[in-house]
Amino acid sequence: MSDLRALRLSLRRIRAVFRRHAYLLLASWPRLFELVYWPAVQMLLWGYLTLFLQEQSGLVARASGIFLSAVLLWDTLFRGQLGVAICFLEEMYARHLAHLFVSPLRPFELVIAVFGISFLRVAIGVGGAALLAVPIFGFVLPRALGWALLPYFAVLLMFGWAIGLVIVGLVLRLGLAAENLAWGAIFLVQPISGVYYPVATLPAFLQPIAWCLPSSAIFEGMRAVLVEGRFDTGLLAWALVTLTFWLAGGAVAFVALFRSARRLGLLLQVGE
Amino acid sequence: MIPELARPPRSEPAFASPLAIEVSGLEKRFGGVVAVGGLDFAVPAGRTVALLGPNGAGKTTTIAMLLGLLEPDAGTIRLLGAEMPRARYAVLPRMNFSSPYLDLPLRLTVRQNLLVYADLYGLDDPRGRIAELAAMLDLRDLLDRPTGKLSAGQKTRVHLAKALINEPELLLLDEPTASLDPDSADRLRGHLERWQTARKATILLASHNMGEVERLADEVLLMKNGRLVDRGSPHELLARYGRRTLEEVFLDVARDRHGAR
Repeated sequence: MSDLRALRLSLRRIRAVFRRHAYLLLASWPRLFELVYWPAVQMLLWGYLTLFLQEQSGLVARASGIFLSAVLLWDTLFRGQLGVAICFLEEMYARHLAHLFVSPLRPFELVIAVFGISFLRVAIGVGGAALLAVPIFGFVLPRALGWALLPYFAVLLMFGWAIGLVIVGLVLRLGLAAENLAWGAIFLVQPISGVYYPVATLPAFLQPIAWCLPSSAIFEGMRAVLVEGRFDTGLLAWALVTLTFWLAGGAVAFVALFRSARRLGLLLQVGE
Repeated sequence: MIPELARPPRSEPAFASPLAIEVSGLEKRFGGVVAVGGLDFAVPAGRTVALLGPNGAGKTTTIAMLLGLLEPDAGTIRLLGAEMPRARYAVLPRMNFSSPYLDLPLRLTVRQNLLVYADLYGLDDPRGRIAELAAMLDLRDLLDRPTGKLSAGQKTRVHLAKALINEPELLLLDEPTASLDPDSADRLRGHLERWQTARKATILLASHNMGEVERLADEVLLMKNGRLVDRGSPHELLARYGRRTLEEVFLDVARDRHGAR
């Protein structure tokens, strides 16, 4: 088989999985609504809190979009991770995963397709909430962060994917009994990442841990843009370095847990 | 040496057929439990072979290892001439699988599910192939209905359509008519027979339905406690055990009634 034909077939397999989840997502109003609902609720909460604090706090008065930017960027990370985990959970709920694994689909093609669906879910959910923020609070996220939004969005989305891969591996290995990890594990990252406050606020022993997370550098960078009006390239570089380790770690963990699940026969009997 | 099965296939003489499945020294343990213990068999291309045995005999474990869903502890597997799992991505496009214990996404329509699998198998003319399968398996009126809204019999036909979408040379079926009423099961067996005759494909099926095995299988592999305890065509087994039905043979094997042989 020529390399070109092999590539074409690989792209079709990726499209097949993307298509399977897009059919499911786009044919269901409740699913679409749920995607926008939570980011919008969070955005409203932090938006009104911002309005209140603008009268009380000098920092918030100087950077009125600080909480709204934070909540939308945090949701990018959260929804990115959730999008990866949900795709696998949908296959497990549907008792469909083994069918995929006995088709010519390679695991890396499945992962790429799932990343694509995760991006679509984030675009709908966070994009919808960001659009709502324009008429309600007069807040335009791209105007607030400028071109820094692009790398910040990309790093947080990919960090979410890395965490998602670890969680998916654990769910494959431990079964649906571990599905709560998909919903809850990411919230361990939130307080350490300094989403709504500087990393310096954390106790001294937690700060080195915080700097191991790409999200900490991104949220610090976001505050630098919004409060000081400067883009900190050093913070972005550090975020990229730590992201590389997290992506590599996520991939290694996924492959190891997937192989372990195959050795134990768990791919055929995924369930509780 | 891997022993071959005795009876020639219905469509071609055995000496003309390459081996579709070669299994040698296959073993799988779960903790201290031997699920499959030293399995050796070979299936020439073009035959329908049934794995028969009581619950826990190792049939599904064997199929899972053939499919690469489960890693053997020991032994070798060659499918369509290629060593598994090393050559799995060369072999998987040429084979397929169906099981009542797995589903297709229930919220997708039948057509959407088949389009997804047409892409997974890289078909050149997905819509044409789906139309062919719909005609062959009486699915035309069901194509735009959600898969979850179908009856058990209809769903089983859709699962078979998925399993045949790539015109596999090797088809693995785990209890293909489980939970079907006799009429639906009979129709499905008819579809399978006609397809196998036309395609001259190899089918390995695990089943508890003796009528199904007698009707479809050229050869039967009798398994118990993870081992092959006997083999032969349905006629040979009936003669060897002095029984009138395969169900009686099955009970002899399941209950260790060796005196009946």
